[in-house]
This record gives sequence, structure tokens and C-alpha cells, in this order.
Amino acid sequence: MSLSPLSTSPGPAAPAAVPPPARTYSVAIAGSGGAGVMTAGTLLLDAAARAGLYGLMVRTSGPQIRGGEAAALLRLGPQPVVTLDDRFDLLLAIDWQNLHRFADEIPLGEGSLLVGDVDAGEAPEVLRRTGARLHALALKKTAKAAGGAWVNMIALGLAGTLAGVPAAALEAALRASWRRSEESLAPNVAALLQGVAMAQGLPGERPDPLLPRTDAPAGRWMLSGNEAAGCGALRGGVRFVAAYPITPATELLEWMAPALTRVGGTLLQAEDELASVNMIIGASYGGVPSLTATAGPGLALMTEAIGLAVTAEVPIVVVDVMRGGPSTGIPAKSEQSDLSFAVDGLHGDAPRLALAPSSIADCLTTTEWAVHLAEALQAPAIVLSDQFMGQSRAVIDRPPQADAAARRLTAPAPDATAGAAVPAYQRYLDTVTGISPMAVPGTPGTVYTADGLEHTERGIPSSQASDHRKQLDKRLRKLEQHDYGPRWADIEGDAELAVITFGSTTGAVREAVARAAVQGVALRLVSLRLLAPLRTEALAQALQGVRQVLVVEQNHGGQLLRYLRSRFDLPGRASGLHRPGPLPLRPGELCAAFIEWAAAHAPQEITA
Amino acid sequence: MNDMVLAAPLRAADYKSDYKPIWCPGCGDYTVLSSLTKALAMIQRPPHEVAVVSGIGCSSRIPAYTTCYGFHGVHGRSLAAATGLKVARPDLTVIVTGGDGDGYSIGGNHFMHACRRNVDLTYIVMDNHVYGMTKGQASPTTEPDWDNKLSPGGTGIRAFNPLVIALAAGANFVARGFSGDPNGTAEIIAQAIRHPGFSFVEVMSPCVTFRPEQKQWKDLVREAPVQATDDPALAARRLMTDDGFNIGVLHAGNRNPYPTRMGRTATSVADLESEFEL
Repeated sequence: MSLSPLSTSPGPAAPAAVPPPARTYSVAIAGSGGAGVMTAGTLLLDAAARAGLYGLMVRTSGPQIRGGEAAALLRLGPQPVVTLDDRFDLLLAIDWQNLHRFADEIPLGEGSLLVGDVDAGEAPEVLRRTGARLHALALKKTAKAAGGAWVNMIALGLAGTLAGVPAAALEAALRASWRRSEESLAPNVAALLQGVAMAQGLPGERPDPLLPRTDAPAGRWMLSGNEAAGCGALRGGVRFVAAYPITPATELLEWMAPALTRVGGTLLQAEDELASVNMIIGASYGGVPSLTATAGPGLALMTEAIGLAVTAEVPIVVVDVMRGGPSTGIPAKSEQSDLSFAVDGLHGDAPRLALAPSSIADCLTTTEWAVHLAEALQAPAIVLSDQFMGQSRAVIDRPPQADAAARRLTAPAPDATAGAAVPAYQRYLDTVTGISPMAVPGTPGTVYTADGLEHTERGIPSSQASDHRKQLDKRLRKLEQHDYGPRWADIEGDAELAVITFGSTTGAVREAVARAAVQGVALRLVSLRLLAPLRTEALAQALQGVRQVLVVEQNHGGQLLRYLRSRFDLPGRASGLHRPGPLPLRPGELCAAFIEWAAAHAPQEITA
Repeated sequence: MNDMVLAAPLRAADYKSDYKPIWCPGCGDYTVLSSLTKALAMIQRPPHEVAVVSGIGCSSRIPAYTTCYGFHGVHGRSLAAATGLKVARPDLTVIVTGGDGDGYSIGGNHFMHACRRNVDLTYIVMDNHVYGMTKGQASPTTEPDWDNKLSPGGTGIRAFNPLVIALAAGANFVARGFSGDPNGTAEIIAQAIRHPGFSFVEVMSPCVTFRPEQKQWKDLVREAPVQATDDPALAARRLMTDDGFNIGVLHAGNRNPYPTRMGRTATSVADLESEFEL
């Protein structure tokens, strides 16, 4: 069986294929606590943006609360960046302390540069044997000589210059961020420029630097996925948040706390997640769109109350910034392993919404959409972000404003002059759409009791089979019959072999698909944004003409594959490609796997 | 409300719905419901401006028996739901009702934090020292030697003292009522609703089915011989030596309630977003 191009275009309406990947530059800046690697990384990202570039910065650190080793992992390029590359072009280590703990996360290779401090001793064996070209430079001494500047400014000048970011942009980023005295700025600018000079004087071969862009779109943003989700929540209309601190969701809440106050809302720190989810249900029952954010352990505690939101039909949004699980798992590292729990993890027959953003920019739009859907459908919506998106920062194009907010259908006060002729308000009226007007407390004439007990249309507790059946049908129907439009998934390409994925893995999968296309292997990409309810008819449409499916995800059990199989007849012999966190799925390894998989499923050649 | 309704004072009956309670004949909760509706009539807040929030248990069925907005949530989380509602909708009068299992066992953590948070809520616990809905198990306020199927011979665990815990945690108003004294309890509840911050009213409400001996409570209760104090330490000292049958308001404090921030400012989200711009 030979490897050959697998697909031809079946028609003119085929969705656009994934464009070929652009050249990018990957930098890791590592060091022990206090070395300022995160500051250097953030400034480098800012400077790259000033040079018209895009970028992504992933933070990684050891388990220490404060201090300890840390690394800023950046990938810069002329187009928006949503995933890390296979290898780093440069690892700049301010010191080597405990750097071996990150070796897995900072793959180097022939052609990579490994830059360290000449006075920091020998580079760890695990890094030296990568084949990277090692340069030992006087980082700390030069910083000291520049009037007591910070060593991370040398690192910023060095890394920025090697990546192709002009010195003027680096300096502008530094000056813009400076919050201390003018006198202390001068030596740091000097150190930055020393770093620039060091890079320029570096002997030997080096990876090609990027070229600044002068035509970058105006109005770009820089933010983290957690901030993006928080911003999307506000755009969607959320004005009440109750939450309990948990890694890696805390920054979302810390961003929202002052932001909510400014827009006239409130954030309340609850005593635990049982309280936080019930608080938002209470607030939403009161008519105020409400949200909480958590991670796996918190989501587990919230499940009983999410079932209440299903039954009492109270809109809420729960953002789950996924981390390694189960149990306490790996709190500060990413994994897509809460999917099964989000789509199936409630007792009883409990239809709910589950959505997954696929990039930092999408954290904003998908969270906003989740608020709209929850409000419009009077149901709980779980948003599956993850640590990779939540705690990383990116330069993105300004997210577009949603056309219109979907609002809750509320019950008006009945005409008081009509007297007894007004029929009694039925909170859970069995309508065609399944959506019934929800009264806001304070409104006369529409008093009801929201109840977790099964109930009649009037809202009176009932254990009768007919009432149970009617309300179960209603709650399912309202989610199933809703028109979700085209946003339920991103569908790219029209090949006969399809790769299905979701969430933050989408970036690496999309890049791998593009690379495979360059090598003559055509693949269709389907990235699911609306996970529940699964749009089976739309999925069948998206997979029309597909012979085989590969499901890619970052978890141990193949949760998306199992979920799809349980709800849908996937074409061919569907297989899965899944690996647990904390290591990200990288485009290169995915591309190699895709090509191998495509070869195994090449059409049988007909021989005469 | 239209003017016509406003013109006539609201009566207790205006707060009572047509639904027939599921309670056993003789249950103390009937009179607590009456006390609540009487108290609401004293307050004269229209029913649709009042929300009654509860968890799970016999007494937690109260919301639907009123003509107020009701919320009957999950077991033990009524205070959390009510906190969210009151903070998001400070214009409403929010009353929380429930039993001793719901409030002191599964909801114990929320009880403590509701007391210290001091949101302007009124929490009425109908305490009968037993789980009635699950047919007779020990609750946190059950005597240690009370024999039952789940803990034969009794739990052996000392009973919880909710009023002292409430004082220690910072409740701004602490009172004890008795279901056999509906008018007195109504007065206490009305006072609790009017008092700013978190008001806790423990009402002794006999379970005639599983704790028939509690019918004797009517002979044991007495009006507390002392006046309410604004000093929680003094109130706690009195309670530590109290036999559990003194009824009345024991503590009326002056802590500031949890502040309301909703709607205070109205910056547009678009303005906030400028912080992300490069």
C-alpha cells in the first residue's frame, strides 16, 4: 500500500482547507525563582506584538508556591499562534537550577541554540545531548556591570534579537511596562541593549530570525485564556459570580472581581464549591446572569447542584479550567480529562450544555456564547477551558462583538385589572420549544417555587409518571431543538479521512493537518465546540464522504472517542489518538501519526 | 401591586398558598408556617417581593406553602442559594427555612459562613432533633442516647448547640422560638426580618411521629428571664448554661451587614476591554 494523495475536491461548496503553516520562532526563557523569566517572557511577547508579530506564551513552573524554577515558553510568528511547536529554536537559561525538571517540556534538537551563563556551571546532561549548539555567556556579570541591572533584561535583549524582534520594540516594551524610578530604568535599558549586542555577536549558525510585520492589523489584544473567558462572560451579560479559589482557574476570578464591580456586578468568594454553585443558582433565579469558575475537583463537588439547575431550569455557566486528574492530580498542568464528566457526569437524565473553546481568543467568544445559550435555554452550561489556554497569554486579533445577546425569556406581570380571568402562571409550561417564560422574583402575579423535585407545569412537586415524562421530554427538547447555527464545530477541508478533536488540542491538530497537506496527505478537520448536546445531524453532514475517522485528544482514556461512539455511528473503523497531560500534543508528532494513519487507510489500488 | 391591593393591609392568609402540606397531623411545622405568614403580615411586604428559600427535609417544604417566590433546592445548600439571591437582588426580602439535619449537618459549613458573612437574611430552623423525612435517624441536635435503627443505642455523640455556634460565628441576631407559641414566634420572626444582617431563629418544632416525647416541650419552655443583649459573649455565656427551653430573642447585634455592590457603577464592558489593547 503506497502513500498517495487521498482526496480530490467533490464540489464547489467545500469548506476552506487549513492554510499552510508560517515560519515561527520558539523561545524558552528559564531560571530559578526571582530570575524574572516570566517578566522577560511577557515583555518579549509585548515587544513581538509591537513588531507586528503574533505570539503565545505558556508558563510552566515547579510545585513551589513561590520561587522555584520556572520557564516562559514562547512561540512567535507572523500569524496568530495557538499551539507550541515541536522544538525550541532557543533555550535561554539564566541558571541551570532544576532545569532538568522541564527538559521534557522544552524539546531541543540539532540547530537549536542553548544559551546559559558562563558562571552557572555546566549545562545539564539531558540538555547537552540534544545536539543543541551551546553558548556560555556572561549574563549575570554583564547585568551587574550595567549598573546593577536585572539579568532578565540581558535575556530579553538576547532572546528578542535572536527571534528577530527589533531592539526598538524591545526597548519600547520595557519602557511601557516600567513602574519604578527613571534612574533605575536606565541601567536596565543598557542591559537590554547589551543583550542585543551579545546576540548580534554570537558566533556560528543560528535559526533564522523572524521578520517584523508592518502590515499587522490594528486593534490587536494581548491577554490570557482566563482573562478572555472572564471578558466573554461579561460580554455575555454575567453580573454575578461566586467562586472558590482553585488552580488553574483563580486568575479568571481575580480578573473578574474588580471588573464586575466596575460594570455594576459582584463577585463573592464562597466557602466551598458546593456554596459557589448554589449561590450562582440563587442569583440566577433572581434574574441575574451568573457564573462560577473552577477546575476538576470543584466541578465534582458542584454536580449535584448542576442537576438542580437542570431540573429547576435555572441558567448558569460553570467554567472548568481543566487540569490533570483525577483527584488532586496535577493542579498546574493541562489535560482534557473532564470531558466525560462534563457531558455525562450528573445523576438522572440531565440534559445540559457543554462547550469547549479551541484557543485563547475562543475562550472569549465561546464563554460569551455559553452565557447566551444558558440564558436562552434556561439550562446549565459547562465550558471546558484548560490550564494550557487559561494560564497562557497570546497576541490575538480583537475578538468580534457578538451580533446580539440571547436573552432569557421572562414572564411578564399579568394584567392586574383582568382579575380572576388571568390563568395561573405555569413556570414549567410544556411549550413547543420546551422553553417556558421564567418569572423574575419581584414581579407580581407570577409567583412560583423553583424546585429540584420533579414537578407539574405549575411547579408543584409531583411523583406521577406522566409529569416526570413530560418534564424530562421538555428539558431534553429545549436543548435538542435549538438552532445552534454554524458555531457548533469548526470544519475545514473535504478529505475522505477526518480528524476530530476539541478544545485546546485543536491548535496542534490544525497545524499537523496543514503540515500533512504539504506532504500530500489531505485530511478533514472537525473541531467540536458544542459538545453537548451533540449535534448528530450536523456531524453526519460534516462527515459526509468520510471513510475513516481519527479522534485526537489530551487524556488517557479516549473520552471524546468513547463519547462520540456512544452517541453516533462514526464512519469506518474509528480510532483514537490520545495521550494524557501534562505534555502537550505537538504538531510534528501528530503530523507523523496522521500520515501513518492515512497510509493505513489509503484506498485500495485497483490493479489490472 | 395595584393601588387597590395596597389600600387594604395584607393579612397572614394572603401569604398562605392553597397547597396542602405533606406534614403529619400534629407536626410543629404547621404552626411555624403560621408564624411565618403572621410575621410577613406584620412586615406588610407584598408576597411577590419576598423569597422563601429552603433545602431538603420536612420543614424545607415551606416555600410552596406560601404565596411568596419560592426556591426549594438541594439538601443543605439553602443558605448558599439565598446568599446568592440576596446579594444579586438586595431589593428582595429573603427568608431561609429548613430543619436541623439540613442546616446543621449537611449544611453545617454554610451555616457557619452565613453567620460570619452577615448577609441580610432571616434563617428559620425548625429543630425537631430528628431526620423525619427519612423516617427517624439522629440529627446533630439529637440526644446521644436516643435509640434508632441507624444508630442502635444512640449515636453516643453530644448534641450540637446551634445558638452558641451562631454567636461564635458572628450571627447578628439570635433567637429561640417554640412552635407551640405561634404568636410569640411570629413576633420573633418579624423582629428577625427587620434586623439588619444575618438573623438566626431556631424554632423548637416537635416531630410527633418519630419523637412523640417532644409533645412535652410545651410544659418545659419558658420565656427567657433576661433581655436580649448586643454583646455576643454575654449571650453565649447565658446559652452555655441554658437548659434549651428559654425562648425569646437572645442577641441583637450591631454588625454591619454584607455590603451591596450590585448596580453601584456602570462602566461598559467595552471600556474594560481597553486594558487588553496593545
